[in-house]
Amino acid sequence: MSEINLDSLTDLQFDVLKEIGNIGAGNATTALSQLVNMKIDMSVPKVALVPLTEISGIIGSEEMVVVGILLGMEGDVDGTMMFLLEEKSAHILVNLLMGREYNAPGEFGEIELSALGEIGNIIAGSYLSALSSLTGLTITATVPATTVDMAAAILSVPAIEFGKLGDKVLFIQTQLGEDGFINGYIVMVPELESYGKILASLGIEI
Amino acid sequence: MGNMIKVGMADLKFCKAPDALTTLGLGSCIGACIYDPSAKIAGMVHYMLPDSTRIKSNQNAAKFADTGISELIRLMEEAGARKSRMVAKIAGGARMFSVSSGINHPAFNIGDNNIEAARSNLEAQGIRIIAEDVGLNYGRTIEFYAEDGRLVIKAVGKEIKSI
Repeated sequence: MSEINLDSLTDLQFDVLKEIGNIGAGNATTALSQLVNMKIDMSVPKVALVPLTEISGIIGSEEMVVVGILLGMEGDVDGTMMFLLEEKSAHILVNLLMGREYNAPGEFGEIELSALGEIGNIIAGSYLSALSSLTGLTITATVPATTVDMAAAILSVPAIEFGKLGDKVLFIQTQLGEDGFINGYIVMVPELESYGKILASLGIEI
Repeated sequence: MGNMIKVGMADLKFCKAPDALTTLGLGSCIGACIYDPSAKIAGMVHYMLPDSTRIKSNQNAAKFADTGISELIRLMEEAGARKSRMVAKIAGGARMFSVSSGINHPAFNIGDNNIEAARSNLEAQGIRIIAEDVGLNYGRTIEFYAEDGRLVIKAVGKEIKSI
Protein backbone atom coordinates (compact mmCIF):
# COMPACT_ATOMS: atom_id res chain seq x y z
CA MET A 1 0.00 0.00 0.00
CA SER A 2 1.45 3.36 -0.94
CA GLU A 3 1.83 6.28 1.41
CA ILE A 4 0.30 9.63 0.77
CA ASN A 5 2.58 12.50 -0.04
CA LEU A 6 2.10 15.18 2.57
CA ASP A 7 3.32 17.95 0.33
CA SER A 8 0.92 17.31 -2.51
CA LEU A 9 -2.42 16.59 -0.87
CA THR A 10 -5.34 17.51 -3.08
CA ASP A 11 -8.44 19.44 -2.03
CA LEU A 12 -10.46 16.28 -2.58
CA GLN A 13 -8.25 14.33 -0.19
CA PHE A 14 -8.58 17.05 2.43
CA ASP A 15 -12.36 17.06 2.01
CA VAL A 16 -12.62 13.31 2.36
CA LEU A 17 -10.50 13.35 5.53
CA LYS A 18 -12.66 16.13 6.89
CA GLU A 19 -15.76 14.07 6.20
CA ILE A 20 -14.18 11.15 8.04
CA GLY A 21 -13.67 13.42 11.03
CA ASN A 22 -17.26 14.55 10.70
CA ILE A 23 -18.72 11.07 10.70
CA GLY A 24 -16.40 9.71 13.36
CA ALA A 25 -16.71 12.63 15.72
CA GLY A 26 -20.45 12.87 15.08
CA ASN A 27 -20.88 9.34 16.27
CA ALA A 28 -18.55 9.92 19.22
CA THR A 29 -20.38 13.08 20.27
CA THR A 30 -23.71 11.28 20.19
CA ALA A 31 -22.31 8.49 22.34
CA LEU A 32 -20.88 10.95 24.86
CA SER A 33 -24.09 12.92 24.85
CA GLN A 34 -26.12 9.82 25.67
CA LEU A 35 -23.65 8.72 28.30
CA VAL A 36 -23.98 11.88 30.34
CA ASN A 37 -27.51 12.68 29.17
CA MET A 38 -26.65 16.16 27.98
CA LYS A 39 -26.62 17.94 24.64
CA ILE A 40 -23.07 18.40 23.36
CA ASP A 41 -22.23 20.40 20.24
CA MET A 42 -19.49 19.68 17.79
CA SER A 43 -17.51 21.92 15.47
CA VAL A 44 -16.75 21.31 11.80
CA PRO A 45 -13.67 19.08 11.80
CA LYS A 46 -10.37 20.53 10.82
CA VAL A 47 -7.84 18.62 8.78
CA ALA A 48 -4.50 20.29 9.13
CA LEU A 49 -0.96 19.78 8.07
CA VAL A 50 1.29 21.61 10.51
CA PRO A 51 5.05 21.74 10.99
CA LEU A 52 6.32 19.94 14.08
CA THR A 53 7.38 23.25 15.60
CA GLU A 54 3.75 24.37 15.73
CA ILE A 55 2.04 21.20 16.90
CA SER A 56 2.11 22.15 20.57
CA GLY A 57 -0.22 25.09 19.97
CA ILE A 58 -2.98 23.43 17.94
CA ILE A 59 -5.62 23.41 20.66
CA GLY A 60 -4.88 26.73 22.29
CA SER A 61 -2.08 27.68 24.59
CA GLU A 62 0.81 25.28 25.12
CA GLU A 63 0.61 25.49 28.88
CA MET A 64 -3.15 25.00 29.20
CA VAL A 65 -3.77 22.15 31.63
CA VAL A 66 -5.76 19.41 29.98
CA VAL A 67 -6.72 15.84 30.60
CA GLY A 68 -5.29 13.71 27.83
CA ILE A 69 -6.67 10.28 27.04
CA LEU A 70 -4.50 8.44 24.55
CA LEU A 71 -5.38 5.33 22.62
CA GLY A 72 -3.51 3.51 19.93
CA MET A 73 -5.31 2.45 16.75
CA GLU A 74 -4.71 -1.09 15.57
CA GLY A 75 -5.88 -3.39 12.81
CA ASP A 76 -5.88 -2.11 9.23
CA VAL A 77 -5.20 1.41 10.45
CA ASP A 78 -2.31 2.29 12.77
CA GLY A 79 -1.82 5.50 14.61
CA THR A 80 -2.85 7.45 17.65
CA MET A 81 -6.10 8.87 18.81
CA MET A 82 -6.36 11.44 21.59
CA PHE A 83 -9.21 12.93 23.47
CA LEU A 84 -8.21 16.17 25.18
CA LEU A 85 -10.48 17.79 27.72
CA GLU A 86 -10.14 21.05 29.55
CA GLU A 87 -9.58 20.33 33.22
CA LYS A 88 -12.89 21.81 34.28
CA SER A 89 -14.80 19.93 31.58
CA ALA A 90 -13.19 16.71 32.72
CA HIS A 91 -14.44 17.30 36.27
CA ILE A 92 -17.93 18.04 34.99
CA LEU A 93 -18.01 14.90 32.85
CA VAL A 94 -16.73 12.67 35.62
CA ASN A 95 -19.27 14.03 38.06
CA LEU A 96 -22.10 13.61 35.56
CA LEU A 97 -20.99 10.08 34.90
CA MET A 98 -20.75 9.21 38.56
CA GLY A 99 -23.95 11.00 39.50
CA ARG A 100 -22.25 13.51 41.78
CA GLU A 101 -22.78 17.20 42.23
CA TYR A 102 -20.23 19.46 40.62
CA ASN A 103 -17.62 20.40 43.18
CA ALA A 104 -14.63 22.67 43.00
CA PRO A 105 -11.87 21.27 40.81
CA GLY A 106 -9.33 19.33 42.78
CA GLU A 107 -6.95 16.54 42.01
CA PHE A 108 -8.14 13.66 39.91
CA GLY A 109 -8.04 10.46 41.95
CA GLU A 110 -7.64 6.98 40.60
CA ILE A 111 -11.38 6.48 40.23
CA GLU A 112 -11.77 9.75 38.33
CA LEU A 113 -8.90 8.92 35.99
CA SER A 114 -10.31 5.49 35.36
CA ALA A 115 -13.74 6.99 34.61
CA LEU A 116 -12.07 9.38 32.17
CA GLY A 117 -10.30 6.47 30.53
CA GLU A 118 -13.69 4.83 30.12
CA ILE A 119 -15.05 7.99 28.51
CA GLY A 120 -12.07 7.90 26.15
CA ASN A 121 -12.87 4.28 25.35
CA ILE A 122 -16.44 5.10 24.46
CA ILE A 123 -15.48 8.10 22.37
CA ALA A 124 -12.73 6.30 20.49
CA GLY A 125 -14.85 3.17 20.10
CA SER A 126 -17.76 5.03 18.53
CA TYR A 127 -15.48 7.19 16.38
CA LEU A 128 -13.62 4.18 15.06
CA SER A 129 -16.68 2.00 14.54
CA ALA A 130 -18.19 4.74 12.36
CA LEU A 131 -14.94 4.92 10.43
CA SER A 132 -14.85 1.14 10.18
CA SER A 133 -18.31 0.81 8.69
CA LEU A 134 -17.60 3.65 6.28
CA THR A 135 -14.37 2.21 4.95
CA GLY A 136 -14.81 -1.52 5.52
CA LEU A 137 -11.46 -1.53 7.32
CA THR A 138 -10.95 -3.21 10.68
CA ILE A 139 -9.91 -0.60 13.24
CA THR A 140 -9.71 -1.22 16.96
CA ALA A 141 -8.50 0.90 19.85
CA THR A 142 -6.03 -0.17 22.51
CA VAL A 143 -6.64 0.29 26.24
CA PRO A 144 -6.62 4.02 27.06
CA ALA A 145 -3.87 5.76 29.03
CA THR A 146 -4.84 8.93 30.87
CA THR A 147 -2.83 11.84 32.20
CA VAL A 148 -3.32 15.43 33.34
CA ASP A 149 -0.71 17.90 32.13
CA MET A 150 0.17 20.81 29.85
CA ALA A 151 -1.31 20.50 26.34
CA ALA A 152 2.07 20.77 24.63
CA ALA A 153 3.59 17.99 26.72
CA ILE A 154 0.71 15.66 25.93
CA LEU A 155 0.70 16.51 22.22
CA SER A 156 4.42 15.77 22.04
CA VAL A 157 3.61 12.06 22.28
CA PRO A 158 1.90 11.69 18.86
CA ALA A 159 4.21 14.39 17.45
CA ILE A 160 7.28 12.30 18.22
CA GLU A 161 5.76 9.33 16.43
CA PHE A 162 5.13 11.45 13.36
CA GLY A 163 8.51 13.11 13.71
CA LYS A 164 10.14 9.82 12.81
CA LEU A 165 8.61 10.11 9.34
CA GLY A 166 8.72 13.76 8.48
CA ASP A 167 8.71 17.34 9.62
CA LYS A 168 4.97 17.87 9.42
CA VAL A 169 2.00 16.27 11.14
CA LEU A 170 -1.31 15.62 9.40
CA PHE A 171 -4.22 15.26 11.78
CA ILE A 172 -8.00 15.38 11.91
CA GLN A 173 -9.31 17.43 14.78
CA THR A 174 -12.81 18.12 16.06
CA GLN A 175 -13.79 20.36 18.90
CA LEU A 176 -16.64 19.30 21.15
CA GLY A 177 -18.96 21.68 22.90
CA GLU A 178 -17.20 24.81 21.67
CA ASP A 179 -18.27 27.58 24.06
CA GLY A 180 -20.46 25.45 26.24
CA PHE A 181 -20.19 23.55 29.41
CA ILE A 182 -17.89 20.90 28.05
CA ASN A 183 -14.85 21.75 26.00
CA GLY A 184 -12.81 19.00 24.43
CA TYR A 185 -10.96 17.94 21.32
CA ILE A 186 -10.70 14.67 19.47
CA VAL A 187 -7.44 14.43 17.57
CA MET A 188 -6.82 11.52 15.24
CA VAL A 189 -3.32 10.99 13.90
CA PRO A 190 -3.14 7.95 11.60
CA GLU A 191 0.23 6.89 10.27
CA LEU A 192 1.06 7.87 6.71
CA GLU A 193 0.42 4.43 5.28
CA SER A 194 -2.91 4.30 7.07
CA TYR A 195 -4.03 7.54 5.46
CA GLY A 196 -3.36 5.82 2.13
CA LYS A 197 -5.46 2.82 3.16
CA ILE A 198 -8.34 4.99 4.35
CA LEU A 199 -8.42 7.04 1.16
CA ALA A 200 -8.00 4.00 -1.08
CA SER A 201 -10.86 2.19 0.66
CA LEU A 202 -13.11 5.08 -0.30
CA GLY A 203 -11.99 4.97 -3.90
CA ILE A 204 -9.82 8.08 -3.70
CA GLU A 205 -6.63 7.93 -5.68
CA ILE A 206 -3.46 8.58 -3.78
CA MET B 1 15.29 42.51 31.63
CA GLY B 2 16.04 40.93 28.25
CA ASN B 3 13.80 39.22 25.78
CA MET B 4 12.37 35.75 26.27
CA ILE B 5 12.94 33.84 23.06
CA LYS B 6 10.70 30.87 22.33
CA VAL B 7 12.14 27.58 21.16
CA GLY B 8 9.55 25.29 19.50
CA MET B 9 9.54 21.55 19.15
CA ALA B 10 12.36 20.32 16.89
CA ASP B 11 13.91 23.75 17.08
CA LEU B 12 17.17 25.27 18.35
CA LYS B 13 18.19 28.81 19.23
CA PHE B 14 20.87 30.67 21.13
CA CYS B 15 21.04 34.10 22.71
CA LYS B 16 23.33 36.45 24.60
CA ALA B 17 22.75 38.12 27.96
CA PRO B 18 20.40 39.68 29.00
CA ASP B 19 18.09 37.54 26.84
CA ALA B 20 16.71 34.14 27.78
CA LEU B 21 15.34 31.09 26.01
CA THR B 22 12.15 29.21 26.82
CA THR B 23 10.29 26.16 25.69
CA LEU B 24 6.72 25.49 26.79
CA GLY B 25 5.29 22.15 27.79
CA LEU B 26 8.26 19.88 27.27
CA GLY B 27 7.02 16.28 27.36
CA SER B 28 9.09 13.29 26.29
CA CYS B 29 11.35 15.59 24.28
CA ILE B 30 14.54 17.00 25.81
CA GLY B 31 15.50 20.62 26.27
CA ALA B 32 19.30 20.45 26.13
CA CYS B 33 20.73 23.75 27.36
CA ILE B 34 24.36 24.69 26.75
CA TYR B 35 26.08 27.67 28.36
CA ASP B 36 29.36 29.52 28.03
CA PRO B 37 29.62 31.50 31.28
CA SER B 38 32.43 33.80 30.06
CA ALA B 39 30.77 34.83 26.82
CA LYS B 40 27.34 34.70 28.50
CA ILE B 41 25.94 32.84 25.52
CA ALA B 42 23.15 30.35 26.11
CA GLY B 43 21.78 27.83 23.65
CA MET B 44 18.85 25.45 23.71
CA VAL B 45 17.81 22.59 21.47
CA HIS B 46 14.36 21.03 21.90
CA TYR B 47 14.88 17.67 20.23
CA MET B 48 12.36 14.85 19.85
CA LEU B 49 14.35 11.77 18.95
CA PRO B 50 17.64 10.26 20.13
CA ASP B 51 19.38 9.29 16.91
CA SER B 52 19.31 10.79 13.41
CA THR B 53 21.11 7.85 11.86
CA ARG B 54 18.14 5.56 12.48
CA ILE B 55 15.58 7.74 10.75
CA LYS B 56 15.09 8.30 7.04
CA SER B 57 13.72 11.79 7.25
CA ASN B 58 16.58 13.58 9.00
CA GLN B 59 16.96 16.96 7.29
CA ASN B 60 16.01 18.96 10.36
CA ALA B 61 19.06 18.83 12.64
CA ALA B 62 17.12 20.13 15.67
CA LYS B 63 14.86 17.09 15.69
CA PHE B 64 17.61 14.76 16.94
CA ALA B 65 19.95 14.63 19.91
CA ASP B 66 23.12 13.97 17.91
CA THR B 67 22.69 16.49 15.10
CA GLY B 68 20.84 19.02 17.27
CA ILE B 69 23.53 19.22 19.94
CA SER B 70 26.41 19.47 17.46
CA GLU B 71 24.60 22.10 15.37
CA LEU B 72 23.86 24.15 18.49
CA ILE B 73 27.51 24.02 19.55
CA ARG B 74 28.59 25.09 16.07
CA LEU B 75 26.24 28.08 16.04
CA MET B 76 27.28 29.13 19.55
CA GLU B 77 30.96 28.93 18.60
CA GLU B 78 30.26 31.07 15.55
CA ALA B 79 28.69 33.62 17.87
CA GLY B 80 31.79 33.75 20.06
CA ALA B 81 31.32 30.97 22.59
CA ARG B 82 34.10 28.47 23.27
CA LYS B 83 33.47 24.79 23.49
CA SER B 84 36.08 24.29 26.21
CA ARG B 85 34.09 26.59 28.51
CA MET B 86 30.67 25.12 27.77
CA VAL B 87 28.57 23.36 30.40
CA ALA B 88 25.13 21.81 29.99
CA LYS B 89 21.84 21.43 31.81
CA ILE B 90 19.12 19.12 30.59
CA ALA B 91 15.39 18.80 31.27
CA GLY B 92 12.48 16.74 29.96
CA GLY B 93 12.38 13.13 28.84
CA ALA B 94 9.19 12.40 30.74
CA ARG B 95 7.09 9.31 30.29
CA MET B 96 3.81 11.08 29.68
CA PHE B 97 1.60 8.00 29.74
CA SER B 98 2.28 5.06 31.99
CA VAL B 99 3.03 1.72 30.43
CA SER B 100 1.06 -0.21 33.03
CA SER B 101 -2.12 0.79 31.24
CA GLY B 102 -1.40 -1.91 28.72
CA ILE B 103 -0.32 0.00 25.66
CA ASN B 104 2.99 -1.33 24.54
CA HIS B 105 3.93 1.41 22.19
CA PRO B 106 7.49 2.49 21.44
CA ALA B 107 6.47 6.09 22.09
CA PHE B 108 6.26 5.31 25.77
CA ASN B 109 9.96 4.72 26.20
CA ILE B 110 11.15 7.53 24.01
CA GLY B 111 11.74 9.77 27.04
CA ASP B 112 14.31 7.40 28.52
CA ASN B 113 16.08 7.02 25.19
CA ASN B 114 16.15 10.78 24.79
CA ILE B 115 17.75 11.27 28.23
CA GLU B 116 20.40 8.66 27.46
CA ALA B 117 21.11 10.38 24.14
CA ALA B 118 21.62 13.76 25.83
CA ARG B 119 24.17 12.27 28.22
CA SER B 120 26.10 10.34 25.61
CA ASN B 121 26.17 13.10 23.00
CA LEU B 122 27.23 15.79 25.46
CA GLU B 123 29.92 13.51 26.83
CA ALA B 124 31.17 12.79 23.32
CA GLN B 125 31.44 16.55 22.77
CA GLY B 126 33.35 16.92 26.03
CA ILE B 127 30.63 19.02 27.66
CA ARG B 128 29.81 18.33 31.30
CA ILE B 129 26.18 18.14 32.46
CA ILE B 130 26.11 20.20 35.65
CA ALA B 131 22.39 19.88 36.42
CA GLU B 132 19.41 17.92 35.22
CA ASP B 133 15.69 17.52 35.83
CA VAL B 134 14.63 14.59 33.72
CA GLY B 135 12.32 11.60 33.54
CA LEU B 136 9.27 11.01 35.73
CA ASN B 137 5.82 11.46 34.29
CA TYR B 138 5.04 15.14 33.90
CA GLY B 139 5.54 17.97 31.43
CA ARG B 140 7.86 20.88 32.07
CA THR B 141 8.14 24.49 30.93
CA ILE B 142 11.76 25.66 31.03
CA GLU B 143 13.49 29.04 30.95
CA PHE B 144 17.23 29.34 30.41
CA TYR B 145 18.90 32.66 31.27
CA ALA B 146 22.03 33.76 29.39
CA GLU B 147 22.85 36.20 32.20
CA ASP B 148 23.79 33.51 34.73
CA GLY B 149 23.04 30.13 33.13
CA ARG B 150 20.12 29.56 35.44
CA LEU B 151 17.53 26.99 34.30
CA VAL B 152 14.05 27.54 35.73
CA ILE B 153 11.58 24.66 35.58
CA LYS B 154 7.82 24.89 35.99
CA ALA B 155 5.41 21.96 36.10
CA VAL B 156 1.69 21.61 36.77
CA GLY B 157 0.96 21.42 40.51
CA LYS B 158 4.64 21.61 41.49
CA GLU B 159 6.83 24.33 42.89
CA ILE B 160 9.03 26.30 40.54
CA LYS B 161 12.58 24.98 40.58
CA SER B 162 15.81 26.63 39.58
CA ILE B 163 18.78 24.44 38.74
